[in-house]
Amino acid sequence: MVSEDSRGRPGLALVDRGDVENRAVEAGLDALDAGPDLPAGPGPGRRFVRSVLPPLVFLALLVGVWELAYLAELKPSYVLPGPADVARKFWETVQDGKAAEAIWTSLSRGAVGFGMSLVIGSLLGLAMWWSRWLRAAIGPIVSGLQSLPSVAWVPAAIIWFQLSNAAIYTVVLLGAVPSIANGLLGGLKQVPPLFDRVGRVLGLSALGRVRFVLLPAALPGYLGGLRQGWAFAWRSLMAAELITYSPTLGQGLGQLLNIGRELSQMSLVITSITLILAVGVAIELLVFAPLERRVLNRRGLTMR
Amino acid sequence: MSTRSATVEAPAQPRELVQVPAAVRVEGVSQVFERGRPPVLEGLDLTVAAGEFVCLVGASGCGKSTLLNLIAGLAEPTSGRISVSAERPALMFQEPALLPWLTASGNVELALRARGVGRAERRAEAERLLRVVNLEGHGAKRVHELSGGMRQRVALARALAQDSSVLLMDEPFAALDAITRDVLHQELTRVWTEQGLSVVFVTHNVREAARLGQRVVLLGSRPGRVVREWQVDIPHPRTIESLGVGALATEITRELHREISRHGQ
Repeated sequence: MVSEDSRGRPGLALVDRGDVENRAVEAGLDALDAGPDLPAGPGPGRRFVRSVLPPLVFLALLVGVWELAYLAELKPSYVLPGPADVARKFWETVQDGKAAEAIWTSLSRGAVGFGMSLVIGSLLGLAMWWSRWLRAAIGPIVSGLQSLPSVAWVPAAIIWFQLSNAAIYTVVLLGAVPSIANGLLGGLKQVPPLFDRVGRVLGLSALGRVRFVLLPAALPGYLGGLRQGWAFAWRSLMAAELITYSPTLGQGLGQLLNIGRELSQMSLVITSITLILAVGVAIELLVFAPLERRVLNRRGLTMR
Repeated sequence: MSTRSATVEAPAQPRELVQVPAAVRVEGVSQVFERGRPPVLEGLDLTVAAGEFVCLVGASGCGKSTLLNLIAGLAEPTSGRISVSAERPALMFQEPALLPWLTASGNVELALRARGVGRAERRAEAERLLRVVNLEGHGAKRVHELSGGMRQRVALARALAQDSSVLLMDEPFAALDAITRDVLHQELTRVWTEQGLSVVFVTHNVREAARLGQRVVLLGSRPGRVVREWQVDIPHPRTIESLGVGALATEITRELHREISRHGQ
């Protein structure tokens, strides 16, 4: 006979045996569901062949075509220098320290500008999320600013701040802040309402819910915004440096590019462009891609 | 495997219904979402005794989830009174609703943190709770590395971490496959017994209600109110196939169908 108390609660001793069996089934299900370990990713050799080799091959082809065009003398050499000329100029710029100086100047400007944009953009994004009125009022403007090429601000910035770092930062900020604010706002809007209910059920305070639930949940969208914000900051910075040229200002990559134009030195122009591109790609590959991969991996959102 | 401590810890107080204080008391509760629309709940009375396992069944739209939200304190009723013995009832949803950036253990720890448990204790307590739901050694896993059944057990551990005597469950097993659901029924029965919880379990699976509950309450739709209730005297251990469970489920289903067809006339 089954032992039960007066209210139909299971007799503990008797449930035990069923429970032991149940736990065994449960453990088996867990093991089956977890499935065999995923095959390890491709080895370093395979990865090289798959993702590093193709762009290298393409680059080599590009240089080959360029060399052919140069040899065929399609254009005079001051318009279209050969790959060897450019390589020589590139090496020269690196050797005399001009490249390092320009990269350092631009990167530090970029970092400061991006840092300021990060703070302002995040606060703006939060404020827009908090206040429906503010969102309605400035949302369209912020979105609109995203599609306005920030080079359009350069003349205004120069009139306001003359040829100074302040003018450069103004342009960078106007370029990056809207992306960051919109990224954070978008991330916050996509947080499933269920998560907020979880926070409330658990008894988290309003501030606790923001800190432990809302902000982490919005992180992927926010990171996307930061990534785009950096790209816009870098572009805006180059536009600003290209135009605000003054001996009192440090010489950044944009200014280096401008020198090439003024001297009609195509090899220096191509060198500068290559450096600008290289810095952009390096930041993307070294900072944003790993950061994003980590966040997405943790949440099991990685696409293969 | 060591002997579970529950046998020792089981409360020894007498459990005659009359002597048990109410865990949840719902008195004349009505809920109107929009003026002019029929109320979702109307004059609903329900008492859940401390330590009782009550299942609420009803057709879609009978206000089962609304009622749970009200008991959980996530919303205020338009009229009527709700009192709950626990300061903050624990609530489980149909979705596990685990936070995907945290590990299984991290999810449980967040509930402990909300309760003000110190950092040092949180880790150990989360480990203990995961052991309660048979997930020992899975604490470091990310949510996406867990199966549906495992996720729902982490959600159960998180609910237990709230240390509430009242556990509200909103169709928590509806999205699981039948085998996993059976296993979790047994798991839940065990946890309920061991922890001495009062459980309000919402489901539209009549058989599940008969399998789990000490009492099954049928809610009518539009407006939601109690139509009928059954005391479940089927002895434990029960399974979904138990003879009594099937018979009771048939009876409840008949009543449920009668209630539903009333709306088609």
